[in-house]
Amino acid sequence: MSNGTRVLKALRRSTLQAIPTLGVILVLNFFLLRLAPGDAAEVMAGEQGVATEESMAAMRKLFGLDIPVLDQFVAYINNLLHFSLGYSPRYGMQVEDLIAQRLPGSILLMGVALVFALGIGIFIGTVMARYVGRLPDRILSVVSLVFYSVPGFWIGLMMVVLFSVTLGWLPSGSDQTIGADYSGLEWLWDRVSHLILPALSLSLVFIAIYARLTRASMLESQGQDYVRTAAAKGLSPRAITFRHVLRNALLPVTTMAGLHFGTLLGGAVVVETVFSWPGLGRLAFESIMRRDFNVLLGILLLSSILVMIANVITDLVQAWLDPRIEVR
Amino acid sequence: MATTLLEVENLTVRFPRLAAVQDLSFSVGVGETLAIVGESGSGKSITALALMRLVPPPGRITGGSIRFDGRELTALPDAAMRKVRGAEIAMIFQEPMTSLNPVLTIGRQIGETVRLHEGVSRRIARARAIELLDLVRIPEPHRRVDDYPHQLSGGMRQRVMIAMAVICRPKLLIADEPTTALDVTIQAQVLALLDNLRRELSMGLLLITHDLGIVGQWADRVVVMYASRKVEEGSPDAILDAPWHPYTQGLMAASPRHAGDLHYRRTPLVEIPGSITSAFGETGCPFVPRCALAEARCREVVPPPLSLGDHLVACVRHDPFKEAADVALAG
Amino acid sequence: MVDTSLAGGGLAAARPDQRPNAPVGSADREGSGPVLQIASAQAARVGGREVPSAVARPIARPGTLRILLRNPAAAVGLAILFTVAVVALLAPLVFPGDPLDIAGPALLRPGTNAAFPFGTDSLGRNVAAGLAHGARITLTIGLAAAGLGLLIGVLVGSVAGYFGGRLDDLLVKLTEIFQTVPPFVLMIVLVAIFQPTVPTIITAIGIVSWPGVARVVRAEFRSLRNKDFVVAARGLGFGHRRIIFREILPNALPPIIVTASVMVAGAILAESAMSFLGLSDANAVSWGSMIGMGREQIRTAWYLTAIPGIAIVLTVLALNLIGDGLNDALNPRLSRSR
Repeated sequence: MSNGTRVLKALRRSTLQAIPTLGVILVLNFFLLRLAPGDAAEVMAGEQGVATEESMAAMRKLFGLDIPVLDQFVAYINNLLHFSLGYSPRYGMQVEDLIAQRLPGSILLMGVALVFALGIGIFIGTVMARYVGRLPDRILSVVSLVFYSVPGFWIGLMMVVLFSVTLGWLPSGSDQTIGADYSGLEWLWDRVSHLILPALSLSLVFIAIYARLTRASMLESQGQDYVRTAAAKGLSPRAITFRHVLRNALLPVTTMAGLHFGTLLGGAVVVETVFSWPGLGRLAFESIMRRDFNVLLGILLLSSILVMIANVITDLVQAWLDPRIEVR
Repeated sequence: MATTLLEVENLTVRFPRLAAVQDLSFSVGVGETLAIVGESGSGKSITALALMRLVPPPGRITGGSIRFDGRELTALPDAAMRKVRGAEIAMIFQEPMTSLNPVLTIGRQIGETVRLHEGVSRRIARARAIELLDLVRIPEPHRRVDDYPHQLSGGMRQRVMIAMAVICRPKLLIADEPTTALDVTIQAQVLALLDNLRRELSMGLLLITHDLGIVGQWADRVVVMYASRKVEEGSPDAILDAPWHPYTQGLMAASPRHAGDLHYRRTPLVEIPGSITSAFGETGCPFVPRCALAEARCREVVPPPLSLGDHLVACVRHDPFKEAADVALAG
Repeated sequence: MVDTSLAGGGLAAARPDQRPNAPVGSADREGSGPVLQIASAQAARVGGREVPSAVARPIARPGTLRILLRNPAAAVGLAILFTVAVVALLAPLVFPGDPLDIAGPALLRPGTNAAFPFGTDSLGRNVAAGLAHGARITLTIGLAAAGLGLLIGVLVGSVAGYFGGRLDDLLVKLTEIFQTVPPFVLMIVLVAIFQPTVPTIITAIGIVSWPGVARVVRAEFRSLRNKDFVVAARGLGFGHRRIIFREILPNALPPIIVTASVMVAGAILAESAMSFLGLSDANAVSWGSMIGMGREQIRTAWYLTAIPGIAIVLTVLALNLIGDGLNDALNPRLSRSR
């Protein structure tokens, strides 16, 4: 069987397995949200200060909240089958359009955070393993445990104090300078400078996790027979580390990274709020506060799908990195 | 004997609590096969690693000299030593299952050695790897070169290890228990392959084994180690037919193939009583605790090696000169 | 405790020791919420542990605390945690009254007034009092939420691992579903829907944090359920409940204990993030809500954000140090290789 068909087969299988799981998640989410006291009409009426029975009823009718819950569910499923996630009264647009607007921001933030986490984490872990038991290892072990204990939103705020308020080097919020009309390199730097602090805040915990994991798994790989073989070939310690040890040691790290997608999304909710980053996480938080359940349902569904996709990608990357794994 | 390729003198390797190798001397000539025989824990594998200067920490070489092809290996800087490893002295290990990197193709692992030492391109390294796979008689080398270790059988993996070791035409090949992990039928094939390669590439071969059975057929000379020391050395004929040291005699009795077929059938397999660990930290002959013939003087000093011709023994009960003289007088 | 070594020997030898088979799609899918990241790494390592077999040996180890105290890092962790606990206990005595009441002039810097060692916030509330009372909330929520998560996780994991079969499939599927919905998002949805009070926050954190424990426990049970002592207990006619809780669970404790300490740390982090977002009990001060409120003055009075954050970091760090120490103490084979 060729590699391509192997992968395709695995993809089809994961998709088939995912559908019932998604179905259950959808049902649970839908009825969970309907349990909540209050609805969008109440919140909006409360904010506008007009709370007559008629206006509320009109709004409920408009939002489709006036029919029984089961009928609402059927309507929602019907919408879904037509690739519609419903309408957000709050934002005055289709939920799928709203999510499409916010998704790229979140993906960018999470992607950069993941790159930071893997890059810095694996580097720290490699250094720790190389100097195991000695001073660099001890210091970095403490540092990574501290990183692991720091709330991301708090370190974000502290970095704002240092880099934005005190030093004035980096902006403290949003994803670009509002109203500025940059182009070329200026535009790029503007985007990058807005990205650094939130991505670092989000990645800190993961840096710690990957550093510890890399260290442990490198120490395990270092004792393997093939490392002795590599030394007997005349490879330098550096070449042994990078060509033989690290590659094997990274297998568990990549697995973990893929499985952290959901956690990363959760972290994004808080970090996006801290940095006023226009992303999915902040949208989720805002829609909870506003009882905008269509948006919330859409985000929950989409993020579950994203988690599943991340899992499949992880499996494929694993299979690619480790020839011993047959793609399931 | 041919020109000396490797000359080890009084080699000592220490770990914090014990000496793994003590006062070990031997030599390997160009194109010669020397077998080092001993049970596990005798220090033979550490000796092999010491020759490569790859003794695992905290162990280290604390004394003696290793002269290889005109150079003193114990004094070489690390970078120079790395140029020796894989290019001039190569090594294969006991466990072909775990000694290959599971995530790299065998072609890449074989080619890595030649890329490193001869700086050839990836394409040439691959072509050389295919050539070598053919040399070690792996069928369809063009296809196999892209296989991963887990796709090969144990015997094939050991052949890959051998290909990897000889690709740079080393002058000395160290084979540490190369056949222990393999099926009996495969063992002979692998040993024959090693022997052929030794002749074709005129390598010295240092064969490290606990199996006296393979010594007679493949070795030119034999060193017997016990508890970190050499206890006997000689030609395979001398060692197998008329061992002097009580330990070697015990080994012979324990080895079915050389106990002689008739003898083997009549008597149960003999085991040497005791274990090797009891020897450390004692004064005197290390074999005393397990030796049926031990006397008071055996416990006093470590017996110095004495030799007659090319047969050498370290046992106070055997003074080759005296025996030779006795024989001469009696004759 | 019954000596089962005689009764079980022959029987168990006939059965191959089943290693925990990974569920569909995962070798080590230790889910992990925001709550369980390192726990899952540790769980993976703990997974292959050899458990003393043949005799059901309860894990009541008087030596664990002593081993922990001998480990300097874990001893520091215990000391910090002890201090936080004492502060929490003494808070009503040292700072009587509601910490949310105005106590003095607004925005006093720390160290400028002996009555307010950590200063006051924009409303003139005593930061020190807030810290002390916040410690109560933080520890309560952390311990209770981790306890709830442990309870659910141990129940689900032990039942799935012990009985196997269809029930196992079902529970594994359930675990997977909970690991597919991003845990923090689910947590804030739950808290927002049921109103942020201390009990709902505890419940929400507990509900999202159990899958990791369940996986650890399930793996342990799968590897233990065919050991001699379990087979013998079955032969003696013990009921399932007794075998699960009296025979197997005590032997599965070490990885659970390690996971537990990290779960408390995770629950504290989760609580602080939620209360930072404003999802906290309006009648109780918590470290996270102090950060949330201090954030308004971050340009002028950054200490209002920094101080409660440091309290969180120290507490969580203490728990992680203890978790590492427990791992070393309970899994000596692993710690040697580290």
